[in-house]
Amino acid sequence: MNDFGAAVTQAAGLIASGDAQLVDIVLLSLRVSLASVVFASLIGLPAGALVAVARFGGRRPLIVVLNALMGLPSVVVGLVVYLLLSRAGPLGRWGILFTPTAMVIAQTILITPTMAALSRQIVEDGWDEYREQLRSLGARRFGVALTLLWDLRYSLLTIVLAGYGRAASEVGAVMIVGGNIDGVTRVMTTAIALETSKGDLPLALGLGIILLAIVLALNAAASVVRDAARRRYG
Amino acid sequence: MNAMNMREPLSLLPLRVDNVVFDAGARRILHGVSFDLDAGPRTIIVGPNGAGKSVLLRICHGLLAPTSGRVVWNSPDPPHAPRRQGMVFQRPVMLRRSALANVVYALKCSGVPADVRPYRGLAALARVGLGAYADHPARVLSGGEQQRLALARAWALDPEVLFLDEPTASLDPGATHEIERIVVAMHTAGTKIVMVTHNMGQARRLGDEVLFLHQGRLVERARADVFFKSPRSAEAARFLEGELPW
Repeated sequence: MNDFGAAVTQAAGLIASGDAQLVDIVLLSLRVSLASVVFASLIGLPAGALVAVARFGGRRPLIVVLNALMGLPSVVVGLVVYLLLSRAGPLGRWGILFTPTAMVIAQTILITPTMAALSRQIVEDGWDEYREQLRSLGARRFGVALTLLWDLRYSLLTIVLAGYGRAASEVGAVMIVGGNIDGVTRVMTTAIALETSKGDLPLALGLGIILLAIVLALNAAASVVRDAARRRYG
Repeated sequence: MNAMNMREPLSLLPLRVDNVVFDAGARRILHGVSFDLDAGPRTIIVGPNGAGKSVLLRICHGLLAPTSGRVVWNSPDPPHAPRRQGMVFQRPVMLRRSALANVVYALKCSGVPADVRPYRGLAALARVGLGAYADHPARVLSGGEQQRLALARAWALDPEVLFLDEPTASLDPGATHEIERIVVAMHTAGTKIVMVTHNMGQARRLGDEVLFLHQGRLVERARADVFFKSPRSAEAARFLEGELPW
């Protein structure tokens, strides 16, 4: 317990002093996870909306698979992306294994199904309310999916946050495809895992505190935006 | 005659509803309803709860497919063409955007060119007395204002036929009066009105002819003044007695 207390004190000192190594790790983490969320949103949200309003054979099984993929283990995604990007792999020529780009690819693959599954759920619930009105107006399916995405944009914020939370907190995928190379691909989660096993608890704890603070701040900001929007648009 | 038809787009009306049956699961909602609707008179559909009025309206508008029977328009809208019929629901569904943007959205769905949408939208808002609310978010308008907005959205498209499903069911008398004024104005401008209502006062004020539905069957069809004074069917008489206790 004393160890813990001492570690917290030292961690606070590290954060307060703006330790250069710590700052680099935090910035890289933010870049990788935010880029992944942007790509996953661009793919996952419209895909989920389309599944919500479209009627086609195999829709039910697809939804089951989509929901199941929310539990996709990050190490499995890491392994598959690793095999694709490794020198002998089909995309080996790109030479991007152990780079932040590879980490973004892995995290995008990891969280896109989550965002599509949640977006499908929210848009389908919305569709129940809008269906008759939009069909009465003669809106087309594809247009309807975009209309609903836009109309439910403040509810979708929650999905984006969930995606960010998953990306920022996973360690398996970025560890495998990034390699946790100091100053190149080391992010908060891989650094925490490494420093803990090395016994450098203050750095690990400091990173943990920052990770929590970032997720908390993002959620608080989103909550403010949602409330303001609800008051403004009803 | 044929030469004229080549130039003038053919009218949607008359509408022929032919022996329409509708089942919801094991329950039969409509038991073979047949009637014709011609252009002109305001048609009011009345009947007790569960008579199948709303379902019938949705089948006519194409939102529900009949289990059997047919709905035949004189000259139906081709698939994907702009619709020449609109519908106003009991609870208006507004998009989370401004009042004007809601009307513009409907114009867009209907294939109206982008540059004229705002003008037609504003004109429609002005006609229902919402000109000053163009920039207000639609969902924070009051219930009565939202229903007027729903009428503006329908009117902007200049429909040949407008279906209304109890549009004033949850509105106070002032808002109800406003809605009725707009419905009459739309009718005067040439739109066929087909309306379901529970409000017998409203049915008397707006109705030219009445369709009386009872337990999924069209029991009586009559001119409104005749229907309210001396209904022919026992069901309608009982219904009017219950609805009008004075």
